[in-house]
Amino acid sequence: MLIALDNLMAARYQMALSLGFHIVLACFGVALPALIYVLHRRGIKHGDADALVLAKKWAKVSAVLFAVGAVSGTILSFEMGLLWPGLMSKYGDVIGLPFALEGIAFFTEAVFIAIYLYGWGRLSPRVHLNTLIPIMISGAFGTFCIISVNAWMNAPAGFDLDANGDVVNVRPLEAMFNSAVLGQSVHMFVAAYMVAGFLVAAVYAIGLLKGRDDHRHRLGFAVAMAFAGTAAVMQPFVGHLTGARLAEEQPSKLAAMELSLETETRAPLLIGGILVDDEVRFGVKLPLLGSLVATNSLDGQVPGLDDIPPDERPPANVVHLAFQTMVGAGTVMAAVSVWYWWRKRRRDDPLSPWLLRSVVACGGLAVLALQAGWVTTEVGRQPWIVYRVMRVDEAVTTNNGIWISLTVIVVVYSSMAYLATRVIRGMARRWRESDDIDIPTPYGPSEALAPAGGGVPDEERRG
Amino acid sequence: MGLADFVAVLLFVGVIAYSLFGGADFGCGFWDLTAGDAERGAHLRHQIDKSIGPVWEANHVWLVYILVFLWTAFPEPFAAIMTALFVPWLLVGLGIVLRGGAFAFRKFSTSFGEARMHGIMFASSSVITPFFLGMIAGAVASGRIPADGDGDLWTSWTGPTSWIGGALAVLTTTFLAGTFLAADARRGGNETLAIEMGRKALVAGAITGAVAIGAAVTIELDAPTLASGLHGRGLPLIIISAVAGAASMWRLWRGDFARARIGAVIAVAAIVIGWGVGQYDWILVDEVTITDGIGARSTQVGLVIVFGLAAVTAVPALIWLYVLVNSDRWSKDEPATV
Repeated sequence: MLIALDNLMAARYQMALSLGFHIVLACFGVALPALIYVLHRRGIKHGDADALVLAKKWAKVSAVLFAVGAVSGTILSFEMGLLWPGLMSKYGDVIGLPFALEGIAFFTEAVFIAIYLYGWGRLSPRVHLNTLIPIMISGAFGTFCIISVNAWMNAPAGFDLDANGDVVNVRPLEAMFNSAVLGQSVHMFVAAYMVAGFLVAAVYAIGLLKGRDDHRHRLGFAVAMAFAGTAAVMQPFVGHLTGARLAEEQPSKLAAMELSLETETRAPLLIGGILVDDEVRFGVKLPLLGSLVATNSLDGQVPGLDDIPPDERPPANVVHLAFQTMVGAGTVMAAVSVWYWWRKRRRDDPLSPWLLRSVVACGGLAVLALQAGWVTTEVGRQPWIVYRVMRVDEAVTTNNGIWISLTVIVVVYSSMAYLATRVIRGMARRWRESDDIDIPTPYGPSEALAPAGGGVPDEERRG
Repeated sequence: MGLADFVAVLLFVGVIAYSLFGGADFGCGFWDLTAGDAERGAHLRHQIDKSIGPVWEANHVWLVYILVFLWTAFPEPFAAIMTALFVPWLLVGLGIVLRGGAFAFRKFSTSFGEARMHGIMFASSSVITPFFLGMIAGAVASGRIPADGDGDLWTSWTGPTSWIGGALAVLTTTFLAGTFLAADARRGGNETLAIEMGRKALVAGAITGAVAIGAAVTIELDAPTLASGLHGRGLPLIIISAVAGAASMWRLWRGDFARARIGAVIAVAAIVIGWGVGQYDWILVDEVTITDGIGARSTQVGLVIVFGLAAVTAVPALIWLYVLVNSDRWSKDEPATV
């Protein structure tokens, strides 16, 4: 079946897969340092030994996640050129600078995560703790920069096209600070905290549900939920503001998201529904809410697909389903967060089994919402790679056989995902078996290994 | 020097930096692969972990720097390189992904068998990746990349200069890493390992020198434009590289591993700079000059500014990292404590 894919579809799938894989890891890169900072600081300032242990463990896990995140990100920079040379040759110098700035963020993150990971006991405690701060700043800055490129694809700015269609008058700052970047980057930044926060909280929720009810589990859960819950209740508002520009600036995307066929004011909101043979079926229409949500006004106009030329319409069903999946998942996560806060205020023990199970579900929902959101915005932008400026088929490589590189990426990324999961679960298991945080490497010389209390038996090491 | 040339120099700074930092990093892979079985290789593999564990991620950001600079400053040549050299770039990308993942997985693996599997992946991808990067460099340097990128998917990067480029990339990185591992082992207190690595690095250096002579012949025949550049502007750099390489090997022979690194670094840097100087002012040899390939002027200015920002933010951070890693406190084998 993969062989039947034409080059453009193969390239799209490859990019989507690479991005979908990397973005989850990037969330950890952006948000996990903040969670670790809170715990590490608590450990030092309040003498909470458990907090310090959690910080150390989460740091070791983040070493694995950062490694896979960094290399999967490197592949993305390759794929910009391998898959979309048409885009890069024409617009590389228009949108290159935010990438370059992000490079600074990458250097900073790589340096300080290394100093943090390897600096335990080798730096003064305060200096050591504070090495997390440049990582957090770089994470935020890097998010802005990289999202600025994607935002530019939705809201192209900072250049003109002359009579021959050549790019002239390049204004890089205008390109970088386009009309979509603020909404998109804040939306992604908040999403990162939801993904990392809920996934970590889910891990501790599972432990608590299995009866491992101790200070460490409760602390880990509480810190993760503090970030995830705050982000989850902010996100609907951030998302709403992010979408506000669509009615004016990307009507085809909004029309697809809403599965709206006719441009209308006082438009209804369609929950569910599929477009079949130019007719919307199976949905539930809530009157007036469409205009309200899209334009903050009953008299606001919601664009319809009928007003978009047929060769400029995105795949509406995919976009609509993805969008509503994201909103649905986001609503559930916000509700669970509110429920958690409410229980915290009213009860001695906020952690009921049903709340814990809901948080476990939120771990999955956060990733689902993340992917659904990216599908919405990317597929919703089709057939454009640069909205109303360049089509995806103009940008794709002329090389044939992209299905081969797609297949290779599928295989490699699947095995990376499997191996990363296996390694991290192995770390968690060994931590449960022994009190020792340091994990001895099974291939190093025996004299150099960590003290007794945990570790790999000699037979296993030599075997 | 015009602005376009200056931007090209800044791009090339990244190429030099990656050759050195990424190179020493990659080179450890060869030594890991040939370290021997579990028992004999334990000390060396542990040393490699210590040497590159804290710095490998930072080392490889230089590759992203190169790509980003290239597509921002020279968008069309970038697209041409990626199109014609699709195959080796894909292989390099895969090598990078597998290498980084395997290195991290190995460190935290549960059993020896698991660790060995990751170790083989890490080590072999550490050798293959620079090989293909060298082939890419050879393709560009021998004028095989047409301006529109419409080069043959296979022959563009399999000419003689590419093969020699690949071989030199592996050899120089192996030699460089050897000197660093010897010095690191000594600083970490493992004198036996230090002497073993010193010996190995010396052999690597000798082979590199021999192949470099063969490279000169290949370039004369296969890459005439580059060759004429190397006869002229590039000649001093070739000489410096040879002298520094010989000095490094002499220091290795004398057991002065710390200082042997200096000669190795100069030797590798000089070859890379020689390549750049030799093919100046082509960005795509015989096809596109720097002036023709450069992008918008406002962007060039922007890149210079970004480079300046990096110089005051990322560079001091990198320096701090290398200072820490090379300090006595960080070199000793105490297990990290809370």
